[in-house]
Amino acid sequence: MLLCALSIFGIVALIATELVSSSKLTLTKFGMKFFFGSAWDPVNSNFGALPFIYGTIVSSMVALVIAVPLAVGVAVFLTEMCPKALRGILSFLTELLAAIPSVVYGLWAIFVLVPLLRTYVNPVLIKTLGWTGLFVAPDFGIGMFAAGVILAIMILPIISSLTREVMTAVPDMQREAVLALGATRWEMIRMGVLRNARIGIVGSIILGLGRALGETMAVAMVIGSSPTISKSLLAPAATMASVIANEFAEASDDTYRSALIEIGLALFLVTIVVNMFARLLVWAVTRGTPARVT
Amino acid sequence: MSSRLKTSAVNRHWRWFTNHMASALAVLATFLVIAPLVAIFVDLLYQGARSLDLNFFTKIPAPVGEPGGGMANSIVGSGVLLGLASLLGIPVGIAAGIYLAEYGRGTRLSYMVRFTADVLNGVPSIVMGIAVYALIVAPMKGFSAFAGGVALGIMMVPTVARTTEEMLLMVPHSIREAALGLGVPTWRAMLSITLKTAMPGVITGCMLAFARVAGETAPLLFTAFGNQFWSTNLNQPISALPLQIYVYALSPYDEWHRLAWAGSLVLIALIVIAVSLVRYVTTRGALKGAS
Repeated sequence: MLLCALSIFGIVALIATELVSSSKLTLTKFGMKFFFGSAWDPVNSNFGALPFIYGTIVSSMVALVIAVPLAVGVAVFLTEMCPKALRGILSFLTELLAAIPSVVYGLWAIFVLVPLLRTYVNPVLIKTLGWTGLFVAPDFGIGMFAAGVILAIMILPIISSLTREVMTAVPDMQREAVLALGATRWEMIRMGVLRNARIGIVGSIILGLGRALGETMAVAMVIGSSPTISKSLLAPAATMASVIANEFAEASDDTYRSALIEIGLALFLVTIVVNMFARLLVWAVTRGTPARVT
Repeated sequence: MSSRLKTSAVNRHWRWFTNHMASALAVLATFLVIAPLVAIFVDLLYQGARSLDLNFFTKIPAPVGEPGGGMANSIVGSGVLLGLASLLGIPVGIAAGIYLAEYGRGTRLSYMVRFTADVLNGVPSIVMGIAVYALIVAPMKGFSAFAGGVALGIMMVPTVARTTEEMLLMVPHSIREAALGLGVPTWRAMLSITLKTAMPGVITGCMLAFARVAGETAPLLFTAFGNQFWSTNLNQPISALPLQIYVYALSPYDEWHRLAWAGSLVLIALIVIAVSLVRYVTTRGALKGAS
């Protein structure tokens, strides 16, 4: 039993050593320059991972900007307003959303979401927000924005269900105390619930971020895989995970493969740090004393 | 005096307004979240059911341009991969869960294991794929079903361990004490009494992990690799349902798109059944007999 429990440490150690030893070639050849170079040129064996780091960060940010307000709204509705009968159905539906495989989201995004964005949403965005430089033609439908939207749909369930958990952990006494002072329901939610649960909510958002950073298939299918940095969100791009998925099979020489594995190593380390941070925050709230009014 | 009354009236209206505004926004958010979910399910059912036929379950993929063909080899391949993964992941996961709940309860080590398992759960599946590639595929100089099974098996361990632990923690102490009080050795009490009581929950936890890896594509890309033909050989590349959906979705042929939808419907049906079962068992109080 102890051995099996320790095997979990073993798995982490194994992944780390395998990734480091297989990416030795580029680790020594490029050093830290690997993460700041923006040239990705497999033909001349010149590798810089900056476009993918940029793509990962921006697509995750787009996803968070869309998903966080919605997720908190859903959590507020489910914990504070929703009739009991409806609550069961809705939380079951959001759980199902979490159970759909990534590749199916990708399939749906290619054939339903992308045409929808291209014909209805993106023209409006170009017209109204074009001046910011974030939404400029040409618009192919696939690209950073489409990836962000599908990521948002995918991380919504995890953020909203954890936020709900944290909000339920706030003791009813807090709610009653605020209501007794004559607060309206929204004031009660804002002052009694959200304020007490804020650390946990931040934790759940970071967990969602961790998911978005590593999400592969759906993103690889709609982002357009182009190793370029462009300001427009409608342009095709690539993320760290998507470039591995799209290019690893055709990476013929050792340096190319080593470069892709090094991106994987970076992704591994980043998601571990993000997840650890988020877990600690969520635990701090749901385990310890949840109601500390400061 | 009158001005104070006035501001308090304005204030009251403002508070009334924000209160209702916030409620409306929360309801709106819920609708916005439910909408894509409903859209995904409706599209899947419509497109999937339209393309699903008997050929899908009995034939292997047809050559490009020819109509017909199915995903029989992918369904079997997924079965082989998942069987292998369960064989590797479930025993290790359950044993780790037992350690966490029964032997190491409250120790610093178990706390660290639990934390690591949670963090491991958040590691992207594609990273698992390239790690197994470096571990198995590169030394063996070839993609294989075995490597795919290992990748999926590793992914099952943390989920199974955590759910097993949670289920064991739900078993009341009095049951353990009753067994121990009769002079049963600890290991025997644990296996025949505690684990047996928690069994329905443990099984559903395993199914949850199973359902999760059943849809995984990224770790299979460079391990199982995919195959257009029949193969159950563990040393050869093997096809899997999610892999085939990925390849077909990105292809330029309508016929293949049709098959991708059908494949997704089958995959989702399997997963939804597993998840509903889990929910049914856990909400109906799998441990009722124990309390």
